[in-house]
Parts: sequence; C-alpha cells; structure tokens
Amino acid sequence: MINLLLLPIILPFFFAIILLFFKEKIQIQRALTLIGLVISFIASVVLMSVVKDNGVQSLTLGSWPAPFGITMVSDMVSVLLVTTSIVITFFIVMYSFISIGKERERFYYYPSVLFLLTGVNGAFTTGDIFNMFVFFEVLLMASYVLIVLGGEKKQLRESIKYILVNVISSALFVATIALLYSVIGTVNMADISVKITEIGQPGIITVIAVLFLLVFGIKGALFPLYFWLPGSYAAPPMPVLALFGALLTKVGIYAITRTYTLFFIHDLSVTHELLYVLSILTILAGCIGALAYFDLKHIMIYNIVIAVGVILFGVALMNESGMTGAMFYLIHDMIIKGALFLLIGIIIAITGTSNLRQMGGLMKTHAPLGWMYLIAAFGLAGIPPLSGFTGKLLIVKGAFEAGHVWGSIIILASSLIVLLSVIRIFIYAFWGEPVELKTTNRRAYRKMIIPATVLVVLSIVYGVGSEWFVPYMSDASKVLLNPSLYIDAVLKE
Amino acid sequence: MEFVMSIIIGILFMAAVYLILSRSLLRIILGTGLLSHGAHLLILTMGGLGGTSPPVLAEGVTDYADPLPQALILTAIVISFGVTAFILVLFYRTYAEHQTDNMNLMKGNDEHD
Repeated sequence: MINLLLLPIILPFFFAIILLFFKEKIQIQRALTLIGLVISFIASVVLMSVVKDNGVQSLTLGSWPAPFGITMVSDMVSVLLVTTSIVITFFIVMYSFISIGKERERFYYYPSVLFLLTGVNGAFTTGDIFNMFVFFEVLLMASYVLIVLGGEKKQLRESIKYILVNVISSALFVATIALLYSVIGTVNMADISVKITEIGQPGIITVIAVLFLLVFGIKGALFPLYFWLPGSYAAPPMPVLALFGALLTKVGIYAITRTYTLFFIHDLSVTHELLYVLSILTILAGCIGALAYFDLKHIMIYNIVIAVGVILFGVALMNESGMTGAMFYLIHDMIIKGALFLLIGIIIAITGTSNLRQMGGLMKTHAPLGWMYLIAAFGLAGIPPLSGFTGKLLIVKGAFEAGHVWGSIIILASSLIVLLSVIRIFIYAFWGEPVELKTTNRRAYRKMIIPATVLVVLSIVYGVGSEWFVPYMSDASKVLLNPSLYIDAVLKE
Repeated sequence: MEFVMSIIIGILFMAAVYLILSRSLLRIILGTGLLSHGAHLLILTMGGLGGTSPPVLAEGVTDYADPLPQALILTAIVISFGVTAFILVLFYRTYAEHQTDNMNLMKGNDEHD
C-alpha cells in the first residue's frame, strides 16, 4: 500500500464529489460526510503508525524519479496535523447538523467543508512548492464559498476583504515561487533544500525567505499582516468560524515552519531573528486585541493571533525543546480552539447575542456548559494538568536555552493575559444575575454540546497523557531539525 | 530581453497596487487582474527566455523553451480565472445588497451593521 499517504487527501475529495449529486437530500449528505470523515480518520491513523515505525514516507506520483515528479511526503509533522484536522472537522460537522441551518446545508455546505479538508490535508502532505500553492488555492476557494455562503449583508462585505487579501497573497506566492525557480531551478522541496545548501544561501535566497514569510504570514496572521483576520472571521456562522480558526491559520504556520526548517537554514541571524521579533510582536498585538473587546467572537479571534505568535516563537528558536514545544502547542491549539469556538457558539445560540455586557447568570441554567467552558479556558491558558501546559513549558525551556530571556518572559506574561481574556467571558456570561433568555430548544442544545464536550475531553486526554505523545512530538521535531531525514526519504536513490 | 520584461512586470505591479488601493470595487478587480498578469509574466521571465522552439517534440530540434514555467503558468491562469469569476459575482451581489460600490462606505461592525 504505497498509496496510503494519499488516502487522507483523496477520501475527502472523493466524498465531496459524491455529495454534489445529493443537493436536496440533507440526511444522505450528513451521513456520507460522517462516513467519509471516519474512513479518512482510520486511514490517517494507519498512516501515522506506519510513519512511526518506518520513518518518513514519500511517494512520487506517476513513478517519475524524485525531483521530476510531484512528490507527496508524510513525515510525523504532517501526519499529526492531518489526523488532527480530520478529527476536528468531524466534530465541527456534527455540530453543524444543528446549528448551520437547512438553507445552507442545501447549498453545498458539506461538499465545501470536505473540499476545504482536501486542501488542508494536501497542503500538509505535499513535497512540492508549486503543488503547495495549488492546495492552498483549493482550501482558499472552499473557504471563500464557506465564508460567503448564506449571503448576509455582513458576510458579503467581509468576504470581499478576505478574498481580496488572499488573492494578493496568492499572487505574491506565485511571484515568490518564480523568483525561487529562477535561482534554484527546481520546485521539489527536498531538491530545493539540497540546491540551497550547495550554493550556501546567498543574499537573494534570504530575500526570498523574507518574501515567503510575507506570503505565509498573510495566510497565518503574523504581526503586521493579521489586520484582515478579526473582521473576516467574525462574519461567517459559528461552525465555519470554528473550522477556520482551528485549521486555516495553522496551514500558514505549517508552511512557515516547513520552509524555515527545510530551505532557509544557513543564515539564521537574519531570517530566524526576523521571525523571532515578528512572533513576539504578534503575541503582543493579539494580547491587546483579546483584552480590548467585549465581544465573544473577537476575544477568541485575537486568541488565535496570540497562539500563532507562540508557535512561531518556538519554531524560530531552532532547538529541540523549542521545536517539540511548538509541535505540542500546535496540535493543542487546533483542538482547544475548535472546542472553545463550539462552546462560545453555544453561548451565543443560547443568549442570542455575542456582546458580553448583555449576558449573565448562565451558570444557573446551563451548568455543564459553564464547567466545560471553564476547563477549556484553563486548558487554553496552560494550567498544568491540561493540554496547553507541556507545549508552553517546552517553548519557554527552549527560549532559556537559546538565551532569549525576554522572549520567554513575554510568553509567560501572555499566558496570564490569555487567561484573563477567557475568564472575563466566564465571569460575564456565567456569573452574576441571570438575564432573560429567549426560549431555546433543550434538545438542540444537548446535541450541540456533545461534540464540544468530546473535543474538551480530547484536549484533557492530550494534556494528562502528554507522556504518550512525547515520542510522536520528538519524532516530528527530529525531522524538522534534521532536514537530511526528509531529503533522504524523498531523493532516495 | 529579460530586462525589458522585468520593467514591464514592474509597471504592471505598480498599476495593480495603485488600482487595488482605490475606492471603487471595479477598479480593485481590474487591479487583481493586472496583478495576476504580472505574476504570470514573472514566472515566464524567471524561467529564462531562452530556447528557439516551442516545447513540442519534433524532428531535429534541440533548443527548446523551458516547459516547466509554461505548465506552472497554465495552472496559475486557470486558478486566477476561477477566483476572478467568483469575485466578479461576489462584487455584483455586494453591489446589489449594499447599494454602493465604494469601499469606504463598506465599514461597520456589530453595533451598526
């Protein structure tokens, strides 16, 4: 089964195509989406065990020799991200059954979600820089459809801005690939890495590295390039926001991580210092935003920005603790952001508003929701037994090892601000005098809270059992820190 | 030849940036069109403008143009074509819904939508 590493990309794609034929049959769409996601999950878990036992898997399509065909590469980094993406999509789809509404379900909502997952998984797995551009476009086009689906006034207005920013960054991506091709003469990522090592990273390659940072920084919401994110993400309905918040910026982070650990590793003093400074500024900007708003969605959206900064800070350190910590934190952040967005989606559905000042006293009527939210909030901030702790601990340890004392202090202080921002939601929404709620359907509420609860439980398992995940994470950071493992797997003679 | 192409691509990028920074929706979309033209020409130029014959196998021809950039451009063209079609319809819908094509009037937050 050498095609195993293609299954997490092909299966969602296949099911999305099948779904196009059942536009009006919502029950069939729901069932097929869940079946497709379960099968993809099984395939990705099998793939993960194969990667764990046999090292990096690579497959050059069409049996061409490696630098000449399109290579797909599954190392521990990509297979972990692929598996997590599938799991999160599964629970968000379950949540969508209740909350997205029949009108949207009839207009290709589920196919779009599966196409988005195809693009995300493809971008995580590809070993070819132009193919990565194509998979970016696949996921972006699906996200354009999802962000505008429904056609409310606000959605139309914000999706124009979202699409415009992404069109510009895609054009920049193409231009950057063109420049890289003119210097290196190849688009295969392993081959690019070899060629850059041969010519010893002259100045032009460093310029291209910064251009890549610009391109992926727009996708991943890095400091001066995150301006589009708060407005655009607040527009679509909650499950779409959860999907975007958990998956889309992480693709940008992954692309930065991949290029900055595989290509541009010979002049760390320029590229990685820049990444280091920008990630610190990203954390600060996110912290300011998270404290500034009284709107549930905006607080959580700025928490995405903070997490982007923390992960990229871990990557910029380029030592083992930092990289392992970044991987730990990346997976944690995908799970916990999915859970938190679903939980605040339920809060918004119950209270009918996203303004903190207009809610209160939910603990008296919806106690389980309150406890779930509290656990997820502590997990996000990184209170020890929960999932955010190990990653941040390793990143801070790596920062001290690398001598970046101020960086680690800012990371630790940012945890306090994250905690403050999410606990503020808890205090305003769950404590105090109950406000009058519109009558909600208790059955729908119970059905919505199940996927959110399972995600919270997953994050608890991930935090409590972090010992089990250590071998996987250290495998991932080993591949990132030793590009030769990746190159040998692709360019095997 | 590459030098001339670089100047032209620079002018295309300049015009694209100027148009994208304007207020009218239609000018913005013209800007994205120019931007993708610039990017596609950049791939072609950066692949090198050498080679005397098209990359088609033929008897006795040895000096081919580099086929890879042409394939990359073809991919990028259809992608940007799809996205442009989507944006045009989106702009049309937005114009119908908001009754304006002025980006400055498309602000708003939750308080006043």
